[in-house]
Amino acid sequence: MTKHEKAPQFSRRSILKAGGALVVSVGTPVGFDTVLGIGEAFAQGAKPPLTPDQLSSYIAVNANGTISAFFGKMDMGQGVFVAIGQMVAEELDVPFKAVTVIMGDTATSVNQGGASGSTGIQMGGKQMRVAAAEARRVLVEMAAAKLSIPADQLTVTNGVVHGKSDPSKNATYAELIGGRYFNVQLDWNKQMGNPLYAPGKAQPKNPKDHKIVGQPIPREDIAPKVYAQEDFCTDVKVPDMVHGRMIRPAIAGAVPVKVDESSIKDIPGAQVVWEKGFLGVVADKEWDAIKASQALKVEWSDVKAPFPDQTALYDHIRKAPVRKREIGGKEAGNVDEAFKTAARVIEHEYEWPFQSHACMGPACALVEIKNGNVTCWTGSQKPHFVRNGIAATIGVPVENVRSIWVVGPGSYGRSDADDAAMDAAVLAKAVGKPVRVQYTRDQATGWDPKGPASVHRARAAIDAAGNVVAYEFHSKGFSRIDVNTTGGKPEDTLAGHFRGIELKSGDNFGVPAESYEFVNKRMSWETIPPLLDRASPLRGAHLRDPVGPQIHFASESFMDELAAMLNVDPVEFRLRHVKDPRDIAVLKAAAEKAGWQTRPSPRKDQTGSKVSGRGIAYSQRNGTRCAIVAEVDIDRTTGRIWGRKFTVAHDCGQVINPDGLKHTIEGNIVQGLSRTLWEEVKFDAKNVTSVDWMTYPILDIMETPQTIEVVIINRPEVAPTGAGEPSMRPLSAAIANAIFDATGVRIRRVPFSPDRVKQALS
Amino acid sequence: MARINLDVNGKVHTIDADPDMPLLYALRNDLGLNNPHFGCGLAQCGACTVHLDGQPIRSCVTPVSAVGGAKVVTLAGLGTPEKPHPLQKAYVEEQVPQCGYCINGWIMTAASLLSRNKKPTDAEIKDALTGLKCRCGTHMGIMRAVKRASEMMG
Repeated sequence: MTKHEKAPQFSRRSILKAGGALVVSVGTPVGFDTVLGIGEAFAQGAKPPLTPDQLSSYIAVNANGTISAFFGKMDMGQGVFVAIGQMVAEELDVPFKAVTVIMGDTATSVNQGGASGSTGIQMGGKQMRVAAAEARRVLVEMAAAKLSIPADQLTVTNGVVHGKSDPSKNATYAELIGGRYFNVQLDWNKQMGNPLYAPGKAQPKNPKDHKIVGQPIPREDIAPKVYAQEDFCTDVKVPDMVHGRMIRPAIAGAVPVKVDESSIKDIPGAQVVWEKGFLGVVADKEWDAIKASQALKVEWSDVKAPFPDQTALYDHIRKAPVRKREIGGKEAGNVDEAFKTAARVIEHEYEWPFQSHACMGPACALVEIKNGNVTCWTGSQKPHFVRNGIAATIGVPVENVRSIWVVGPGSYGRSDADDAAMDAAVLAKAVGKPVRVQYTRDQATGWDPKGPASVHRARAAIDAAGNVVAYEFHSKGFSRIDVNTTGGKPEDTLAGHFRGIELKSGDNFGVPAESYEFVNKRMSWETIPPLLDRASPLRGAHLRDPVGPQIHFASESFMDELAAMLNVDPVEFRLRHVKDPRDIAVLKAAAEKAGWQTRPSPRKDQTGSKVSGRGIAYSQRNGTRCAIVAEVDIDRTTGRIWGRKFTVAHDCGQVINPDGLKHTIEGNIVQGLSRTLWEEVKFDAKNVTSVDWMTYPILDIMETPQTIEVVIINRPEVAPTGAGEPSMRPLSAAIANAIFDATGVRIRRVPFSPDRVKQALS
Repeated sequence: MARINLDVNGKVHTIDADPDMPLLYALRNDLGLNNPHFGCGLAQCGACTVHLDGQPIRSCVTPVSAVGGAKVVTLAGLGTPEKPHPLQKAYVEEQVPQCGYCINGWIMTAASLLSRNKKPTDAEIKDALTGLKCRCGTHMGIMRAVKRASEMMG
């Protein structure tokens, strides 16, 4: 049995069966006397509405006593669903194997925000934990009524409620409610998405009593993938389905003015769907759809090429009008005054390029419209919002739309998946058949929403005794929400833009997350307008740890520059100023595990073309702390960097599954290494020119680190926080600091591609 | 359109197809084998990799008419849970993939390597696998799994 299952049918009854929840279905006669016998208040045959305030929206006990956990977030391949299963099993006192986590389907789960901001466990798990605890409480009360034993004299072992003193007096979960629904109201905070929280009366267990939480239980979704038994969203097929392909303009901003349908008349079933800037083709066969998309003759509007010269990108950012400015937190002391009286001022700027999600496969979605009901199979990590987006995009009531997440070709934020879902919906409505659309490689890399480019300025005031008396950090860049982090509104997707809706770019950036204490300290950001007001291949959006790598590349590089200027060891410098005890603990743990030699950077004992160095960087992220020691080798002749060894100290509070956590951190490090060394979206005046793996290179297997050492600091007493992104955050700075240690040269612009490194070293 | 015979995973199929159509679409759509994936259509990533007479090839750029009588083996044909290829077993034991979309490239290419070199060094593994893409960054796990599979093969 796979631990997460997906429901292939539309009706609620079949969903429950397919989902493994053999709950008495709607319309089936229920043994009502039995229900009354065990407490009508708790159990019923008809399912309560799928609302956040119902226990049945999260937990069901199946007829055979197994548990279905309906999770309104989902796992993007980091094993979150295993952790959720562990938390639910723990609270319910059932074996881990008894729990099936069913996720990402709008027909079976409430909107817990989808995969978002590393909150799968932090917020999604928090809710599933209290729901499971409440289910256990209710089941014990039901048993108390049935067995005529006070609830406080009962306990639960493996799904059997029994007397503490007389285990022979017992009732199984299956006997108590198996096959029927909970009818229990939760205390919902009226929030949807990530902040949704709806506890019951029960308190979750004390962490010291945890037996399943904390175990390295493996993922069960890997075998089906390795034996080619699991469908990806690209593999879903329905009867009468046709294939769609989208056609994008060569010059961003152009729209079709003439489409010659006769140019594809010989291709079987080929049909054009054209609405303002929206242009796609469908055909019965996928290869025919591809040929049609290539053969279709299109005349495009004559527009001015919208983008600046890429070599002037950072100057553009510096000079661009500021749309919004925000101070992060509260200014400490009086920064401006402190700089006036400083003995010395050190100031540097750092630059980060646009980066692409560049998912392993181009996004794919399938939309079927049948009798007014719309079903979308999508790889989007936020299917509940896709549901809203489709309803708004094609004008159907939201309750008629079902969106089902099926594992896609990677997902690291607001990728092209949401756009593909909307395109499929528009095509399906236009042609009256189910349409599966998959993007091309150049559309996937060229037209996905981009991690925003930015410039960061850091400066510090030093007094005559060599103390840092003031610190200022400022970011200026494109917004991380030119399009929102979900596809929930037409203004946030390409289908909306191409059909005439303007981009409604929001403003958000961020400031460093750390606990450096300086008497005078100010951190701020500014956002600038997007380069194009709609359908832009350079629209800013969330890419794994939105703006975190950018900001902390700059801030943690700068801390290293300060330490070097003051001739202080980089770990020692941080420990002097960092105040949070958990921050100090990760810094010390990483340094100790890496065998850090205390001395200032750079090292001065190397000659020749091959040199090596070590660097440290650290940051927080929504409660999680991470410090990384990078050890890198540099070939001065070729400019090539090898991230040889990384030592990562990670504290995300209580660890639910150490094995999943370790794999998640490894993925962060390698993807972060790729973004640091190689990744930069190239563009010319007309369009993005990074359109495949040659023009958007990522880390190769040749460059795999020799070692990634993970030190997990487990704090069972601290509520778990996220791990999906925090270790990517300080990585770039750790590498930059190691390059400086090895060479004495500071590189302040990502990526550290061989050309740039060579140039910097020459 | 042409009638084309394809020997896939030990079974011969006949399809009607455009001779220029890449093998990938024949496998996925005509034969219903979902496991080779479309990643780039440019032979740059490996997500579509299958064996042609034991050699890893990129089915996204191989015209279906060029296959001829060669034996095609996909990931599904490499092994089963009951009779796994050592690489498949190692992949599960090492918990390698994140999204898993890239699996075909790594396993099919590594299987070819291990068939001619049962005890590759790290450098030989990397040499054989260079150019394949994994966007999730599971490179560490891939290296561990190939080495584990190599050990299993004795």
